[in-house]
Amino acid sequence: MAFKKLLGSVACAATLALTMGPLTAGSAQAEGELFLYNWSNYFPPDLLKKFEADTGIKVTLDVYDSNETMLAKLQAGASGYDVVVPSDYMVKIMIDEGLAEKIDAGSMSNFANVMAPHNAQPFDPERSYSAPYMWGTTGFTYDSAKTGKLENSWKEVFEPRDALKGQIAMLNDEVEVYNAAAYYVGVSKCTEDSKDAQKILDVLEKQKPFVATYNSDGTIDRMAAGEVVAHMQWNGASHRTKEKLPSATYMYPKEGITFWADNFVVPSSAPNKENAKTFINWMMAPENAAMASNFTGYMNAIRGSGAFMDDSLKTDPAVVMPEEFADRLRPNLNCSPAARELRNKVWTRLKK
Amino acid sequence: MTGSATSKRFLQIAPALAIIGFFMLAPLGLMAYVSILEKGLNGGVVWDLHTSEAYVNFIFERDLDDSLILNTDYLQIFARSFGLSLLTAALALAIGFPTALYMSMQPEGRRNLLIFLVTIPFWTNLLVRNYAWILLLRNGGLVENLLHWLGIAADQPLGLLYTPYAVSIGLTYSYLPFMVLPIYASLEKLDSRLIEAAFDLGADRRRALLRVILPLAAPGIAAGCVLVFVPALGAYVTPELLGGGKSMMIGNLIQSQFGAARNWPFGAALAFALLTIVLLAMMVYLIRFRRAPAGGH
Repeated sequence: MAFKKLLGSVACAATLALTMGPLTAGSAQAEGELFLYNWSNYFPPDLLKKFEADTGIKVTLDVYDSNETMLAKLQAGASGYDVVVPSDYMVKIMIDEGLAEKIDAGSMSNFANVMAPHNAQPFDPERSYSAPYMWGTTGFTYDSAKTGKLENSWKEVFEPRDALKGQIAMLNDEVEVYNAAAYYVGVSKCTEDSKDAQKILDVLEKQKPFVATYNSDGTIDRMAAGEVVAHMQWNGASHRTKEKLPSATYMYPKEGITFWADNFVVPSSAPNKENAKTFINWMMAPENAAMASNFTGYMNAIRGSGAFMDDSLKTDPAVVMPEEFADRLRPNLNCSPAARELRNKVWTRLKK
Repeated sequence: MTGSATSKRFLQIAPALAIIGFFMLAPLGLMAYVSILEKGLNGGVVWDLHTSEAYVNFIFERDLDDSLILNTDYLQIFARSFGLSLLTAALALAIGFPTALYMSMQPEGRRNLLIFLVTIPFWTNLLVRNYAWILLLRNGGLVENLLHWLGIAADQPLGLLYTPYAVSIGLTYSYLPFMVLPIYASLEKLDSRLIEAAFDLGADRRRALLRVILPLAAPGIAAGCVLVFVPALGAYVTPELLGGGKSMMIGNLIQSQFGAARNWPFGAALAFALLTIVLLAMMVYLIRFRRAPAGGH
């Protein structure tokens, strides 16, 4: 029966689609090309054109949504990328796993522009494998026109007042959400103690009925459209939200706020390593770093870039953190496997 | 059959076998192998350490003293996925069967137009169509305004979006064509003289539908149900977007194992458990409908 055959093959295809993960990227190699694998919405298209005009190297951009997605792809053998943009703890993992190429960024001609502490980070003290891109914090944004001034605490999202109930969006990011809850209940985010993890779960489960959605994409539009009143957000996204919604206010909660730094790294499998180094050195020039900041809303680590940056950026407390909050910053950590297992159990149980 | 005919036939199906082997069996084999390996420290796997831990973890968790205690988290996620997929198949059938019946009764020219219309949604990416449903279902969206206007719902925000209802609406919408097309295919072949005969023998419309049309359309209905149920089980985008990422389905759980949890063996084991269940469902279907239905009864 012809139809049954058709059904059989369709079902095979469906099963296949179900069971196969993302395929590895096709490898590509050519003179004068560069394959950049970056976070989505995190690099200005105009800057890519400027790079092409300045160097004659043609850039192809592909995007990802989390450090872990990028890591999984490289571990699965993807070999088409020349530059990737891991956060701090992920740089260390890539070095440990032998996935990062030694590029000696520290001796590049533009490296003198890099400001402390970004010139010698704990995850790469000599800057042998990585160069800084953007850095920022993960806090939350609220619409002060609807709520009035809120207390500087994670309490406002984890135990929301009535006006915020059902009006909160969280990042759909296991690590970020877990970390924020850990700060709030006052336990280590890398805890290996199941009692601590239970405390974190309790807070998250109590909060869940008041959360409209867990979603890391489209945070700016969700706030600007008024779909939610408060949104867990990265500070640069908060800055761009404020451009559309002037009453958007970014908060540095007193319990602690994750401070992260993203970096350029060349995968050891990169086909165009020399072009990758050219790109990384070029990105450490003040005017180029400034263009990136103007687009992303995050601070770069390059001395002299301020002269090229928009005023709205330099005067926004979401971007330039007020000095009094400095002791609230908590660095990203790569937790132990036992701690990660606990974290995933909490996340799964939250969403079971 | 002579030997040369056999080998000729084998040569003819060789490309299909090669494709199935390369694109299906090889990845499945790799996945099965990964599921019995030890997970790497930072994701990935340790290629020479074997363990059944991933399968044990599906049902049990280790207590501090290394004893196994029951953990129903993953089973609950599987149960939710099956429940939602069954609901999706039922809704799609309820909408799809009358649609297919209507289509099959149209003149030939119009039938082709209708089939064409059914396939139009495939021209747009699933992600975009899910975003469209967000706009339709959200507070102040088209669906809510319509319900208010009709007086069906009270005049207040309904909160349709980010609920299991939104997920089942989105899934039913996404997979409806997979129900309509196979049912249409079996209804189109249906000999209209059989229906006339039923009426001649005194059957009313309801009886003709239940005793003649439905049994003859059964293979199409079963095929449609499988084609809707199976992909709905693996749905990933719709629960994230329309369900607000609040409740995982199997697809989200597997993704999380390859992502933040960095536990590839467990992710592979989950995918394999899902595959086994799907294959069992397919086998039930094949056994039940092995005979050509027209000769039955």
